[in-house]
Amino acid sequence: MATYELTAPLSDADARKLRSGDIVYLSGTIYTARDAAHKKLNDMLDAGEKLPIDLQGAVIYYVGPTPPPPGYVIGSAGPTTSYRMDSFAPRLHSLGAKGSIGKGIRNDAVKKSLKDYGAVYFGATGGAGALLSVCIKEAEVVAFPEMGPEALRRLKVERLPLLVINDSVGGELYVQPDLKAVGL
Amino acid sequence: MCIRANRNQPDDVKRRMADCAAGEDSATAKEVFKQLLENIDLAAETGLALCQDCGLAVFFVEVGQDARVEGDLNEAINEGVRQGYQEGYLRKSACDPFTRKNTGDNTPAVVHYDIVPGDKLRIAFMAKGGGAENMSRVTMLAPAEGWEGIKKFVLTRVAESRSNPCPPIIIGIGIGGTFEHSAKLAKKALLRKLDDVNPDPDLAAKEAELLGLVNALGIGPMGLGGKTTALGLKMLVSPCHIASLPLAVNIQCHSSRHEEVEL
Repeated sequence: MATYELTAPLSDADARKLRSGDIVYLSGTIYTARDAAHKKLNDMLDAGEKLPIDLQGAVIYYVGPTPPPPGYVIGSAGPTTSYRMDSFAPRLHSLGAKGSIGKGIRNDAVKKSLKDYGAVYFGATGGAGALLSVCIKEAEVVAFPEMGPEALRRLKVERLPLLVINDSVGGELYVQPDLKAVGL
Repeated sequence: MCIRANRNQPDDVKRRMADCAAGEDSATAKEVFKQLLENIDLAAETGLALCQDCGLAVFFVEVGQDARVEGDLNEAINEGVRQGYQEGYLRKSACDPFTRKNTGDNTPAVVHYDIVPGDKLRIAFMAKGGGAENMSRVTMLAPAEGWEGIKKFVLTRVAESRSNPCPPIIIGIGIGGTFEHSAKLAKKALLRKLDDVNPDPDLAAKEAELLGLVNALGIGPMGLGGKTTALGLKMLVSPCHIASLPLAVNIQCHSSRHEEVEL
């Protein structure tokens, strides 16, 4: 298990060298999107419209932050559960997105798309929203302002602490429950 | 109340987290606990919400039958939610189930009323996040399945949830009553302090047994492996129909945010 300092957007080489269990301190530009924004992006692709963000090397953070108190650029901003974006992630990877940040398990289709397109799934610590927000230096709504907390935001992050959960060669960091230990 | 709960982790949860962190062998599990404990301190210092998911606002209100409430109690609760979520910079997560349009002020709250003896008004508030709530289930077991069936259902549910509900989780279990009553019991069980011991020795033993089994699954903090899959497991039980064994499993993330006031 290695530790990397990386900058987003991620290069193909950066994404492909990562392995499950690696620690990544991610800096640079990332985008926020959760359920509603993903559906909207998908609808726009279906309609042949141009997306409001550049997906090349993009890292998408599954988060709906709290409103920023005075003097803060963003409020609490930890990851939301990722499986709800499983039906959208492979398409975004096929269009160049190199990573997503969330918490919780991904389905087989997403894991296959990580292999097919050389992308990674990062885990951030769920429920550590105040702590993670410290790494966010700028936040700007770039699309879907009507969605409120679900709007698509561009974030500038500095050393956001992440773990590689699923890599581009089929690795998985989450443990399998020990069913035998409990007689299941 | 909404603001305080969203910024301050209850002491019993903090204590349990610190104890469980000390008992972990894995460096990863220790690191997750370290981040969670740092997050708790940071939220209390800065006033930032503990978690960006400030939950749906759930209330259990015990109305003393001799208490007199002037005005519209339900509206007063919703107005409190409106003001608290706005003034506390909390995320508003309530939306229409079909259009998904956000109601904008985190109302309506989900309010459960109980009439009790006395002249007091006791209001318990819980900020219930969606990620863990999504992992919760209600089932109607056959009576013959009994305690073994209950354990199997709970363990299967936790095993299938894996890292999704932000473990280490707290598990509220409602057993008995009817379909909807078991769910209400499960949610109410989450208001119990982690360090309380069930006054019924048989239920206390069952809670300890099932908590031990849940932790034997080894899912661990954030699903990365470890001894602490759950910080606590609490049951509430009620008599049920001779044909039924209702069982509700309400899963709560480690950020167990709740507050109570008595008026």
